[in-house]
Amino acid sequence: MRYAETGVIIEVDLSRGNIEKVETDPNLTRLHLGGQGTADKILWDRVPPEVEPFSPDNLLIFSTGLLHGTPVPGTNRVAVNTFSPQTNLHAHSLFGGWWGPELKHAGYDKIVIRGKASELVYLWIHNDRVEIRDARHLKGKGAQETADLIKKELKQERAQVCAIGPAGENRVFMATIEHANSSAARGVGVIMGDKRLKAIAVRGTKDINIAHPAELWEKSALIRQEIYDNKIVGDPMAGEDDELFHTDNFAWGNARVRKKGYWNQYRQRKWGALTQSARIRETGCYNCPKKCHAVMAMPGRRTYFLKCFNKLTYLMAAHLELDFNYDILAVSQEYGLDGFATPQVIAFALELLQAGILNESDFPGMPEDARGRFFYMIDKIVNREGIGDKLANGVYWAARQIGNGAEVYDHNTTKKFEQVTIKLGKVNPTFFLMLSTGEKMSITQIEGSFPQNPIRNPEERKKFVDDWVAVPNDKYKKIFLEWEKRHDMPMEECCAVVEWNEIMHYIDDAIGLCGFLSSFRGQFGGRIPFHSNNLPELVSLASGLDIDKDTLWEIARRNRTLVRALNVRRGLRRADEKPPQDHWKIRDPKMEQQLLTTYYEYKGWNHQGIPTKKALDALGLDYVSKDLIERGILKENEEASPAEASPAETVLAEADEN
Amino acid sequence: MKGGKITKIIKEIKVDVNKCTGCRSCEMACSAFHAVPKFSSVNPGRSRIIVIMDEGRDVFVPIRAGDYAQAECNGRNLYMIDGKEYSECAFCPASCPSRDYFKEPDSGLPLKCDMCESQPPLPEPMCVQVCLPGALTYEEREEEVDDNAEEPSRGEMEIGLESLIKRYGMKRVVETLSQFKK
Repeated sequence: MRYAETGVIIEVDLSRGNIEKVETDPNLTRLHLGGQGTADKILWDRVPPEVEPFSPDNLLIFSTGLLHGTPVPGTNRVAVNTFSPQTNLHAHSLFGGWWGPELKHAGYDKIVIRGKASELVYLWIHNDRVEIRDARHLKGKGAQETADLIKKELKQERAQVCAIGPAGENRVFMATIEHANSSAARGVGVIMGDKRLKAIAVRGTKDINIAHPAELWEKSALIRQEIYDNKIVGDPMAGEDDELFHTDNFAWGNARVRKKGYWNQYRQRKWGALTQSARIRETGCYNCPKKCHAVMAMPGRRTYFLKCFNKLTYLMAAHLELDFNYDILAVSQEYGLDGFATPQVIAFALELLQAGILNESDFPGMPEDARGRFFYMIDKIVNREGIGDKLANGVYWAARQIGNGAEVYDHNTTKKFEQVTIKLGKVNPTFFLMLSTGEKMSITQIEGSFPQNPIRNPEERKKFVDDWVAVPNDKYKKIFLEWEKRHDMPMEECCAVVEWNEIMHYIDDAIGLCGFLSSFRGQFGGRIPFHSNNLPELVSLASGLDIDKDTLWEIARRNRTLVRALNVRRGLRRADEKPPQDHWKIRDPKMEQQLLTTYYEYKGWNHQGIPTKKALDALGLDYVSKDLIERGILKENEEASPAEASPAETVLAEADEN
Repeated sequence: MKGGKITKIIKEIKVDVNKCTGCRSCEMACSAFHAVPKFSSVNPGRSRIIVIMDEGRDVFVPIRAGDYAQAECNGRNLYMIDGKEYSECAFCPASCPSRDYFKEPDSGLPLKCDMCESQPPLPEPMCVQVCLPGALTYEEREEEVDDNAEEPSRGEMEIGLESLIKRYGMKRVVETLSQFKK
């Protein structure tokens, strides 16, 4: 018997209309746990680097986490993985809600999709029954509208649906896969659209078996209470009206302007009152007692779920007020557009117009006011009309396709992907490393465990360390105890901090646990319900695997290294590893390059950021090292990165800086 | 004793629909508690409580499984409450042919909430214990009832057999049982 997982995946070939159910090797669970971990093993084995993202041979994988469907609260995040046309690299995104556990209860750990359908289709999974169904009548429909229509036509109101909107259908790079209160972005919606897969509806009524029932139940009950009582976990900002932190620290327009002093009591009251009237309910995801999402009702719009920082992204890009943001979100989520990247793309286009790189004739019939312009632009992008066709490829590609100096206005991307719009003063070494070397493409999927700021008072600092339940070992206690100022941590210690931060995300994404209860939340001061001290036991009790902390870290390192290998095989190198160019005002190119070199060495990677044979083999990834050597990407006896950066690189980095 | 009065404990779960977040922890917990052995599996499809959910219309109503109904209703009431429309079904506890709630997924047999009666007794039913947002709360109150009004409580086997008889007829059930005997 398999515990926690079902041991079965669905293989769908949309080109041939073939569906197979395949039993998985339990050994892969031992090596990668599940979720994104096992998905990337499949991508490694089956998608060689020659396969273009838009090729039918590219795979799109939906993975439940190992703990979905168990009593462990907050385990409901689905990992979606593929290769992105925007970056030509590994794409990773997560969505929560109810869909993942439903798929598990239908009897499947994953859905692996290959090929392309000749017409728009959707997938209907009801326990043993799996069907590819005609979706031509759903063409152009909004994402939630699609979910409603599918549930109605199947007469299955308890089905869970994830769907793309018109943005995905039209292969807009910022397209999302929407599911109720959650959505996956960063390159996965566009591939779903490319495969002409409109939606996946799931209904499952099968058991998930637990290896050690009574013990897991008892521990889960305690954690549930802790999650509920703990005010810093979940999304505490979701219920707050005070937006000072965001309006002060995040940049407006095309990630350009800081507005200090924008926030005031008047605005807080006004925005608070609007939120009060628009928010009709606070909701949570499957088996989690938190209320991170709100059901929003705006006049004349379909109700929608407000999630995460989407609350401010459009208004800051457009220099408008909250009513505009709440209004346009209702539209953009139905279109299935990423609320982080899309506003930046629109603000970028309007900046190009102002700079004379684009002109009025590129925007026929565009209204004069900012509100009207954003609604106009969003339509152009979703439909890939006129200038919208270029903009639909994201800032990086649009800048190069428009040319005429537009490249200069692409200043907030990393690895060709739009980043959070935060702009700061002096370069922060750990954040430099995370932004540069992270491969989940968004800082929120990389940062999170080690506190962002030191504690000045030595007694308070000592107390914090004594009470620090999440800290993996004494090394991190020592680092924190000796940390005086924000930017002064020794390089070696920065590397250790980055590793811990990353490791926790790789654990969460394999077991399907929400980062708001775990990997993302430790940085804000301490006590979190899930960490690498209690997760080994929870995973073991649920799955019957015998996992301790060291094994869990090793699995996470293996999963992390596999993503690096996937990307290296597709061409990722040192030169790609840099933060958005103006993320910090004050840079230190020499230090940054030394830091990068130290980090590579710390990880056992060579000077180009390629994992060495020794590092790969130590993680049981000898099939990876063999492949990289055969392809000439790696040499047999290559050493990890030397400690000094070459002068040429420093010069390069300085040039880049200027 | 016939005709006398006795005190009966009425167990009540109070539902505040405005506090329901749709997390469905109640479904998870109910199915785990009723698994054999306890907590050995999870399956909201077996739960005796479900959250009727329609996010678009802001309908979030947890309902508990009641009696089995052989046929669906002839018609349905639609209720307008505070400007929101609810179908009568959103409050109906019946395991009925019009929907796939409250039926054992494997056998199709009806499920019914037993208020988590167990030895030793739980302080409150499992669904209430896990509902930390407070949509479900538990109350016990005493009520005087006629002694003869109380029917002897029926075991799981009686309830199961009765539903089999309703479904297949007495004759077939007896035939099947006698075949088992052989």
